[in-house]
Amino acid sequence: MIVYLVKRLAVLLASTAVAGVVVFAFMALLPGDPAEIALGVNATPEAVAQLRQQYGTDRPPVTQFLDWFGGLVTGDFGTSYVTSSPIGPQIGERLAVTAVLVTGGMVIALLVAVPAGTFAAVHHRNPLGAAISAVSQVGIAIPAFLAGILLVFVFAVKAQALPSGGYVPMAEDPAQWLLSLLLPWLSLGLVQGAVLTRYVRSSVLDVMREDYLRTARAKGRGRMGALWRHGLRNASIPVVTVLGLQLATLLIGAVVVERVFVIPGLGDLLLNGVAGRDLLLVQGVVMVLVVAVLLINFVVDLAYAVLDPRLRGAP
Amino acid sequence: MRGRMNAGLIVGGTLVALVVIAALVSFVWTPHDPTLVDAARKLREPGGGYLLGADKFGRDTFSQLMVGARTTLYVGIVAVGIAALIGAPLGMIAGMTPHGWLSELVMRVNDLVFAFPALLLAVMLGAVYGAGTLTAMIAIGVATVPAFARVARAATMQVMVTDYILAARAAGRGRMAIAGRHVLPNIASMLIVQASVSFAIAILAEAALSFLGFGTRPPTPSWGRMLQESQELLFSTPRLALWPGLAIALAVLGFNLLGDGLRDYLDPKLRRIRERTRRSERSGGPTKEGLRGVSEER
Repeated sequence: MIVYLVKRLAVLLASTAVAGVVVFAFMALLPGDPAEIALGVNATPEAVAQLRQQYGTDRPPVTQFLDWFGGLVTGDFGTSYVTSSPIGPQIGERLAVTAVLVTGGMVIALLVAVPAGTFAAVHHRNPLGAAISAVSQVGIAIPAFLAGILLVFVFAVKAQALPSGGYVPMAEDPAQWLLSLLLPWLSLGLVQGAVLTRYVRSSVLDVMREDYLRTARAKGRGRMGALWRHGLRNASIPVVTVLGLQLATLLIGAVVVERVFVIPGLGDLLLNGVAGRDLLLVQGVVMVLVVAVLLINFVVDLAYAVLDPRLRGAP
Repeated sequence: MRGRMNAGLIVGGTLVALVVIAALVSFVWTPHDPTLVDAARKLREPGGGYLLGADKFGRDTFSQLMVGARTTLYVGIVAVGIAALIGAPLGMIAGMTPHGWLSELVMRVNDLVFAFPALLLAVMLGAVYGAGTLTAMIAIGVATVPAFARVARAATMQVMVTDYILAARAAGRGRMAIAGRHVLPNIASMLIVQASVSFAIAILAEAALSFLGFGTRPPTPSWGRMLQESQELLFSTPRLALWPGLAIALAVLGFNLLGDGLRDYLDPKLRRIRERTRRSERSGGPTKEGLRGVSEER
């Protein structure tokens, strides 16, 4: 297990470094010099040179990269060329909002998928089970932002029960905070829940036909009793993996959902950064999102090894 | 051995056919010019030659939907094409030399690309080259490469341990010949299924990107942008959001169902290759992999 852990960790670190190079190289391709853009067309060459020195963009690209990447480790994302404010705290603040959004979405997805998927598996021969499968198939076809628009229409336009957008920080008003996040959570959670329901269903179906479950039933346990005692843990192995992968999907889905509900999260920061041509900011946010996905994959690999020891020997 | 026609194939095929027909017909005929702005028709109610009404610029919604289908298919075909042409050969190479350094390299690069979702790639490409249909297609295509590579690798590894490959090698066939004559035909059905599922994901991605303003540029109609433009009018004219939303959902549903149906139809043997799904499929239920690019080969 230790060897496996060290190997995966090495892969994670290497991937992060390569991803850093990719992101940096990509942004370095951007046409235009930040110093020239900041000063406008009438700037003197001296002023541009001076600002370049201040930004550090006069140095060789490799030095600039190492400086930027080294800073990331300590949470220093540099100072924006556009707003002249440090980027790190902004990202931290926005990341907290996005994390709450994603976590809530995941919780709702689980609350939907585990009962619905188990029910659909147990009742797979009758119409109700089939109906759940059909509904989940339709849910999968609806992107999170479309679900958001639908929910706004139902709960904000028709019922006028919930706000159609906007965000209230928890410190300001916890009740309003909860209300402002309810629809975004639902739009992420219901769609992911639909995807997850299918996995839970087929996982439970597989387990239901295992010999050990038949043995448990033969020993006198009821169908739900046997499933509860012996089935769910085994059924959870593939589901946990999918859950991890879905977390990455949710993170990216959150970027779009933030736009729908005007929530000041990472996605909002990223899109504003692109609109304002804030190079370092975009670079920083993209890096944070990529590292988050890499970290999620890392944890998924570990979870896999914990749940299924046979995989520990695999490269 | 081929399977029987199944419900997924019929329903999915019908939905996909509708999208394709709408797109093809839009080349020669639409009820109105989909990009024609006319203040007199602003927010016109459905009826009188305007089947689904008109939007805030007076553009005919039905015509826009038809041309939007063209945009959707165009992005899907190019993106899935990029993904298949890069991903499938890489996966085959990795699958034919499962313990070589090349295989290891391919899979590591694969993992890295996996960390760059289509949306991030499109935003980065958009920031550098300007957002548009082309950058969206490339971003979605590149982000879908890992899904193809993984499926191709897993399927190739299954094929490589069969007796007919052993026989071909014993007969002195070279690697390229084996890949072209024996591996590719045997993994083709899995790649076709993957293409259908990836198409659904590409439609979702294009809609999201256009919604954010990183996809198809105006005035070219796109379902995602129609949704974005309708959002501010949700309180007064919700039908403007209804139609593009419905179009996206039905197109994605169609390609997903078609993928599932094709899987059963093309090759019942796939069930054995695809770990642990066999029994749930026999009961007529859905399969668990292939959704949203989640692959079984992890």
